[in-house]
Amino acid sequence: MMKDSQRTLVIAIVAALALAAPWVAYPVFLMTALCFALFACAFNLLLGYAGLMSFGHAMFFGMAGYFYGHVVKTWNLPPELGLIAGVAGAAAIGLVTGALAIRRQGIYFAMITLAFAQMVYFFCVQAPFTGGEDGLQGIPRKPLLGIIPTHDDHVLYYVVLAIFLFGFGTIYRIIHSPFGQVLKAIRDNEQRAVSLGYEADRYKLLAFVLSAALAGLAGATKAMVLQFATLTDVSAAMSGEVVLMALVGGLGTITGPVIGAFILVTMQNYLASFGEFVLVIQGVIFVVIVIAFRRGLVGELSALWRARFQPRSTEPETAD
Amino acid sequence: MAQVAIGLVNGAFYAMLSLGLAVIFGMLNVINFTHGAQFMMGAFAAWLLLGHLDVPFWASLILSPLLVGLFGVILERLLLKRIYHLDHLYGFLLTFGLALIIEGLAQWKWGSSGAPYPAPITGGTNLGFMIMPTYRLFVVVAALVVCLATWYGIERTRLGAYLRAATENPTLVRAFGINVPRLITLTYGLGVALAALAGVLAAPIQQVSALMGTNLVLVVFAVVVIGGMGSIMGSIVTGFGLGLIEGLTKVYYPPASNTVIFVVMALVLLVKPAGLFGQKR
Repeated sequence: MMKDSQRTLVIAIVAALALAAPWVAYPVFLMTALCFALFACAFNLLLGYAGLMSFGHAMFFGMAGYFYGHVVKTWNLPPELGLIAGVAGAAAIGLVTGALAIRRQGIYFAMITLAFAQMVYFFCVQAPFTGGEDGLQGIPRKPLLGIIPTHDDHVLYYVVLAIFLFGFGTIYRIIHSPFGQVLKAIRDNEQRAVSLGYEADRYKLLAFVLSAALAGLAGATKAMVLQFATLTDVSAAMSGEVVLMALVGGLGTITGPVIGAFILVTMQNYLASFGEFVLVIQGVIFVVIVIAFRRGLVGELSALWRARFQPRSTEPETAD
Repeated sequence: MAQVAIGLVNGAFYAMLSLGLAVIFGMLNVINFTHGAQFMMGAFAAWLLLGHLDVPFWASLILSPLLVGLFGVILERLLLKRIYHLDHLYGFLLTFGLALIIEGLAQWKWGSSGAPYPAPITGGTNLGFMIMPTYRLFVVVAALVVCLATWYGIERTRLGAYLRAATENPTLVRAFGINVPRLITLTYGLGVALAALAGVLAAPIQQVSALMGTNLVLVVFAVVVIGGMGSIMGSIVTGFGLGLIEGLTKVYYPPASNTVIFVVMALVLLVKPAGLFGQKR
């Protein structure tokens, strides 16, 4: 663990970078990365702290985008209602699919969520309100809360940063709340948690819905930024991508998914011209990480840090 | 009726693929996400053998599963064997990554549009109530034979008995002097060869394309959840049954034909969470 003074310094540097970033880098790129970072954090909340591996998180992310687009473009309502619709819609889908998926455990859970996501995908291909193969294009950027001019990329960046911080803070609070402690207990030993009187299924379902809602917030925000919602965001490939982001950064670490998301979005930006090769590279990263670096970037680095600076630590390793 | 027949053909593929998944999962404790990619490799191997070496379909039916099975053996030896001691999750992620690599490479080399493969049997057979293309009839019969042969091999032969014993308790079986790691490798090779065989059979019906297995494997996952992976016969029955249900849906309510299997999955989870033939785990 870092000392408090070091921690404050790191936070101050990151905050300064985050505030200055849109004047240095392309704001739309940063906003996309922030949306994916929130998405990866939401996924990681479920896998890292509840031990539930969802391979269908794209259904929440993508559907929230469609909800946002429908509310803002077709119904011509303000963007804040679009965001709320995205979050509520994703949470509702999470409630239904989650209630069914938690009836099975382990790897079956992953397959069930994947199957439901595929069902949602097929639904989106056919349903009239998604625009099929074309998706929802040209969602207008209307003023947020009636006053904030979101058509300006720099202004919108700070809005997205605030949304991200809200989501990230929520996740941090969930993890460090009594509820989060019970989740970890269930992850580590479900029978024991049940024997202590906790209704494991209700905790798991609530974690699933929370994760879905936050993934929805990320998806709706992305639709607000990029002004479109397409089938790509509900596809199985997107579900795999968010797993990869969390895996690259480090499963079960709080900052890992953020870093993983930035790495992958940057990579896609630079490798866009390689076409199918992006998939191959993603596949190779999956294989290499699973075989050699299962703790991910943040996990490996903090292990190195501990080994370097605290060679004879008597402190037990914390689970998070 | 024609749709029902097509449903039965799809069911044949579901049955063969879910059978392979079940066999692999039983022995390796890995959900083989690469299954769809290996199905595609089977079809591609047949297509390439025909195009470059003039190998006829009937020879490909043997050769292609052998080649792809061998590839599976190499994968198992090089990568999969390193992760057996870990959570199921990592096997899932590793094979997912491998599927991305294989499908990405195929897409890069041959593009994502399909190539046709000429049907080895032409003409139709009159079944009394309908005329069915003879080749499709052949696929259904061949898949049934292969599935039943696999069932017989695992449930009724000595090697199958070793396999089942090693699934139950690998340490004990090793103590009896049986080479369990080799058994595991062979099992993976067999499961992969089954997927490849399904791919060869599918080649003349579908277009041979890099992504032909991508969506299929997801449907097969649902089939596996519905059937449960505990029983070989269960996988076969569920596979054919769901193919039929899908075919019937195409007749009565076409828009739902893509999603009906997932709806069935949701219903099964509500009523019998362990799956139709599965044990609670």
